[in-house]
Amino acid sequence: MADAARASGQAETRDPVASRDDELAVNMEHITKSFGNVCANRDVSLQLRQGEILALLGENGSGKTSLVNMLSGIYFPDHGEIYVHGKKVTIKSPKDAFDLGIGMIHQHFKLVDVLSAAENIILGQPGSLSLSRKALNAEVRQLAQQYGFEIDPAKKVYDMSVSEKQTVEIIKVLYRGANILILDEPTAVLTPHETEKLFIVLKNMKADGKAIIIITHKLQEVLSVSDRVEVLRKGEFVAMVDTEKTTKDQLTEMMVGRPVSLKIDRPKMERGQEKLQVVGLTCLNADGIKVLDDVSFSSYGGEILGVAGIAGSGQKELCETIAGLYPAIGGAVLFGGEFEGTPVKESVLGLKPDEISRKGISMAFVPEDRLGMGLVAAMDITDNMMLRSYKDNGGMFVDRKKPKELADKMIDELEIHATGPNAIVGRLSGGNVQKVLLGREIAQNPSVLIVAYPVRGLDINSSYKIYDLLNWQKQQGVAVIFIGEDLDVLMEISDRLMVLCGGRVSGIVDPKEVTKEDIGLMMVQVAENEESSL
Amino acid sequence: MSQKTRARKEPLLRMVKRDDISPRRAWLYRGIAFILALVTGGLLLLALGHNPVFVYRDMVIGAWGSPTVIRETIKLAVPLLITAIALALAFKMKFWNIGGEGQILAGAIAAGYFGFFTAQYFPKPILISLMMLAGMLAGGLYGLIPAIFKAKWKTNETLFTLMLNYIALAFVKYLMNGPWKASGSSFPKMPMIGSDARLTQVLGVHWGWILALVIVVVAWLYFNKTKHGYEIAIVGESEDTARYAGINVKRVIMRTMFLSGALCGLVGMLQFAGADFTITEGTAGGVGFTAITVAWLAMMNPFGMLVVAVFIAMLERGANTIQTIYKIPGAAADLLIGIILFFMLGCEFFIRYRLVIRGKEPKDVSPKTDQEPDVVEPVPVVVDPTGILPEPDIIAGKEPGNA
Repeated sequence: MADAARASGQAETRDPVASRDDELAVNMEHITKSFGNVCANRDVSLQLRQGEILALLGENGSGKTSLVNMLSGIYFPDHGEIYVHGKKVTIKSPKDAFDLGIGMIHQHFKLVDVLSAAENIILGQPGSLSLSRKALNAEVRQLAQQYGFEIDPAKKVYDMSVSEKQTVEIIKVLYRGANILILDEPTAVLTPHETEKLFIVLKNMKADGKAIIIITHKLQEVLSVSDRVEVLRKGEFVAMVDTEKTTKDQLTEMMVGRPVSLKIDRPKMERGQEKLQVVGLTCLNADGIKVLDDVSFSSYGGEILGVAGIAGSGQKELCETIAGLYPAIGGAVLFGGEFEGTPVKESVLGLKPDEISRKGISMAFVPEDRLGMGLVAAMDITDNMMLRSYKDNGGMFVDRKKPKELADKMIDELEIHATGPNAIVGRLSGGNVQKVLLGREIAQNPSVLIVAYPVRGLDINSSYKIYDLLNWQKQQGVAVIFIGEDLDVLMEISDRLMVLCGGRVSGIVDPKEVTKEDIGLMMVQVAENEESSL
Repeated sequence: MSQKTRARKEPLLRMVKRDDISPRRAWLYRGIAFILALVTGGLLLLALGHNPVFVYRDMVIGAWGSPTVIRETIKLAVPLLITAIALALAFKMKFWNIGGEGQILAGAIAAGYFGFFTAQYFPKPILISLMMLAGMLAGGLYGLIPAIFKAKWKTNETLFTLMLNYIALAFVKYLMNGPWKASGSSFPKMPMIGSDARLTQVLGVHWGWILALVIVVVAWLYFNKTKHGYEIAIVGESEDTARYAGINVKRVIMRTMFLSGALCGLVGMLQFAGADFTITEGTAGGVGFTAITVAWLAMMNPFGMLVVAVFIAMLERGANTIQTIYKIPGAAADLLIGIILFFMLGCEFFIRYRLVIRGKEPKDVSPKTDQEPDVVEPVPVVVDPTGILPEPDIIAGKEPGNA
């Protein structure tokens, strides 16, 4: 703790680098790295002190990951120098990084499923021929206790939750003697509760003198866990500030380059007609395990229904089943329509997407995998515009006239940065790709609009543009279903919030009346019940 | 770890994907590749003791020097061209049909049945039509088999179509040795068809060449202007997207492979009734494989395939000529073709990628494109969350203003 106090005390001064070399765990100076014509980092410096948690903050594409990848030996810088504990080093490979005590916990875990936690931890380490699992487990348990992890060393990885897997990754790095830890977006896959536990562990490690870099774009987390923040924008260094002396708004401004209002609108609307009713929907995955279990809910016009849940709780299957892309073994999906003035419900379960639209039901679906499902990356905007409507005209030839007009209109109205309707979609930036996709779906005047992770990977500007579009659709009386991952956003924009857990609905709540912690609990609640009943 | 080791880290050569290349530059590279190929081939010819200039000259004369050889060249180009278009249909869908040989033979056999056994019953136009239909149907069905298996059980079409080639070949051998063996011949061979079953010649070549030109235009329209062509392109890009768009993926795979096989079957019929007048083990003659090269070199563009098919036909004719004039062994002539194709295919790599030599990367990373770099925010930036080398053209956005 003394270290941390000292660290924050001296954070004001910007250039004590040379004189305090010995206290710096890592010093990266004037790092430049480019990939082809794309410059990922330009003249970026980073100083990490011992016994501190440094948050590396920036939007997607600001060069955070590529910067630390040069520290962990995955990339090699084009220019610039790296010092570890005051000594100039050359990090050629992840092994070099390990030898220097640098360990990285990647976003995507690199564990062997069929091995136990302890076995994964010693994987690749030199050892004798015989292996005492008992001694090993004891050693791992001791290491875990030291920092406050909860782990069962004998548990197989395939039985673990995402958070447990992450714990294994961290212990693996500690076991190898790392004293400089880099965590790449560690909270992206965690529930709020798990995030809190992780932060406690990180603080314990800090107290033990470890130096930690945590990459994130969530401001709340930056403020709650870090000692200092380094902000990057478009590959360049923007600022290095003390966490205590900064605010959310200030950090956002540094990230984006100008002041941004972080408030998301929730326009008040009278709840409209029931547009979509899902009853007892049940689906299996390829292994015959239930990925959706008795899911029932309704979605109304003029309302945004948020869907929260840990990644892989059945969100993908839910959207795809409603859209006619995933088979269900039971339940019903009913669309609210009208027959000669009388409201009627029409069942669409088991119909293919084109059959649904031939029934005159206008359902828009923005899938999670934009370029792998919603769009064709190699085609231009015009050809992507007609993806869902090319069959509408008669004859065997495609009509590109109307799609081209639509593309022109959309480029104009949604401010899509592209050379024109014949710009290849795969070459657009993430935000523009999403605008093309969402724009096309909105253009068909849907009665129900399903969007899955619509702002994933988008910068703040584009994200807010997307929120605006969704709110605009809501005000048009569309029933919007928003599957999201950022609880803060979901709670701000949704009129009602459905929480999924392990393929089941653990509750549908009014986000104005619950706390984030409540939702976090609901995200794991059903699973816990299930475990206890087993 | 001394400071010197730092420089050793970066690989001597590395590939960098090009953002874009102007067509003129691309053709310049192709031109250079062609010249390099001629030079390399020239070294081979020198080693064999010939003057490369004369040999090359005689190759060209051998392919284009007289009406007779021109006709022979065209005759070689026709099957290559139609087969290439047939394969491109499948390739655009990322269905790797390397069973052109088998489908050609299947078409030839079906056409052969009518040509050998029913010539006396039908007037010529009907007979020829029957042979064509039979050939296309047989080829189509032969192409449909792997498509059904792929659509239903996700079998590997590469192995499947390849193996079907050998089955077709074995079947031809069986027919040659048994049921269809020419009466009175001591060799295992089939009889020649009568003139009633032979294709009429137009300008000295069977009319298949006109048909081939028509197919080029139709194929271009089919690829670029029809719903079918659009569907093929989407299925080729991503099956998930295709399903999302409401495309019946299985039907598209089967329909397209039937068409692909049918065109190959047509080639078999044309070879049988227009060029060989009989069926042998050599009826397909490697066309099903060479056409793969044609389709790829032309980047699936039917008009490009027309050019490439004629070019390769010319090389083959020319190689024949120099064998007889210079007594160059057949293998060496084939090697010459191989060298030229190798360079032409190889240069496509350099059109798509550029090589960076260690230390030669421009110091300042201002993009070397024709675009004006944005002054305030100079470069589109990429971060790769997975830690794998990014594909700039997918991830990197064209920044506002300089797009």
